Amino acid sequence: MTFLTYLISGLALGSVYAIIALGYTMVYGIAKMLNFAHGDIIMAGGYVAFYAFSKFGLPGYLCIILSIIFSTILGVIIERLAYKPLRAASSLSVLITAIGVSYFLQNAAQLMFGSDTKIFPAMLTDGSLKLFNGQLTISYLTIITIVTCIIIMVGLTTFINKTKIGKAMRACAEDKGAAQLMGINLNTTISITFAIGSGLAAIAAVLLCSTYPSLSPTLGSMPGIKAFTAAVFGGIGSIPGALLGGILLGIIENLTKAYISTQLSDAIVFTVLIVVLLIKPTGLLGKKENVKV
Amino acid sequence: MLKVNDLVVRYGVIEAIKGISFEVNDGEIVTLIGANGAGKTTTMHTISGLLRPYSGTVELDGVDISKVAAHKIVEMGVAQCPERRRIFASQSVEDNLLLGAYTRNDKEEIQKDLRNVYKLFPRLEERRKQPGGTLSGGEQQMLAMGRALMSKPKIMLLDEPSMGLSPLLVKEIFSIIKEINDNGTSILLVEQNAKMALSIAKRAYVIETGRIVMSGTGEELLNSEDIRKAYLGG
Repeated sequence: MTFLTYLISGLALGSVYAIIALGYTMVYGIAKMLNFAHGDIIMAGGYVAFYAFSKFGLPGYLCIILSIIFSTILGVIIERLAYKPLRAASSLSVLITAIGVSYFLQNAAQLMFGSDTKIFPAMLTDGSLKLFNGQLTISYLTIITIVTCIIIMVGLTTFINKTKIGKAMRACAEDKGAAQLMGINLNTTISITFAIGSGLAAIAAVLLCSTYPSLSPTLGSMPGIKAFTAAVFGGIGSIPGALLGGILLGIIENLTKAYISTQLSDAIVFTVLIVVLLIKPTGLLGKKENVKV
Repeated sequence: MLKVNDLVVRYGVIEAIKGISFEVNDGEIVTLIGANGAGKTTTMHTISGLLRPYSGTVELDGVDISKVAAHKIVEMGVAQCPERRRIFASQSVEDNLLLGAYTRNDKEEIQKDLRNVYKLFPRLEERRKQPGGTLSGGEQQMLAMGRALMSKPKIMLLDEPSMGLSPLLVKEIFSIIKEINDNGTSILLVEQNAKMALSIAKRAYVIETGRIVMSGTGEELLNSEDIRKAYLGG
């Protein structure tokens, strides 16, 4: 039973990674850039939810909606101000800019909210489900996290495959030039991608902060890097890849913590990544890209 | 319809197009012929707004479009069927065609045009649910042309439609180009296959290392001694 407990909480952690990884993978797929400030959007979303709940006493669901709206706008503004002017620049310039944006957000948060760690309130639920005469306890939060992840995956897959904007996004991911020749506005499409990724980051923020209830300006960096790893692990650019990579990473991390070593868990997670990339450089579900001359 | 004036296009310091001028009148098929690297594709990309000119203008019905965004140019009636077709390999044939109609909102008209494209290219209808990437080269060319037609263009830019196709297919593709033109769409055709291109073009320009070196009616160039030697193999 304890194994099952670890597995389920690993699944929940993995769901959060997967939701964050979607932001990395979609932005990479369409803008062909690694948005290293993505983790810090999580942090920003966390603070918005925190203040909405603790200072203004708004109900939990409203805090989440506010957090999503704020992060979405923040993500789009960052793209417009920092990345759009670099559309024709080398990928290295864009990468360095993204790291700069990440530090900017962390320091701005420090300035505004202080660098002390805040306790994130239980805004969603704090109950739990007891099964098998109390031998197996699953918190409602764990269930909410996993269900949210499933809903997001189904919703996003439907959006990408069935709607006109979704198909345009896929077209941009495949061939930006050809997509423009169809009359697709590349800038709008990239903005939509950032908006979706950032909105999802806010959802991840609330789930993450509710599971590990502490909030600080550097909150986003570790889950950000883990989710980025998950995206690469699953095959960057691939949405099912982000799901698979996130879930596997969460489970591996949790089981390692439980059975091998808490200190070594991150090292083991990254070792697994390196091994996978050595065997399959494009990640688990990644496709080989044809380089055109 | 389309008028290119003293167009200069640079990649960094390298001048790919060194001041060319040409025009396509209403209902014409005009062809640009020239060897690899002459600047044909650069010209097409500049007209479509994927590249910006260093100087000079591109006019569509008297309006300068050289600073207009690429997606707006499609809306204004210029469709391009690009070199190497560049179809969306992971999306179905039908979705590829519907992406061609991306700028339009008239649902019923789009369905009507979709049926017309299927009438023009029956093979696309047979394969409408298949991913575009699974089609053969000839079918992909048909898909790229159908996709361009779906935007209801006033003028269609065709970049190397014969590339990599068997002589029989080339013939078929060119007869369809003629048919599209007969239905009222002006055509700017870029080709290395000079013989085919000149045989259907009303007028033609020869482009060499970024400059237009000769122009005339398709027939004139087809019978010209220089063209014969340089492009038609003797």
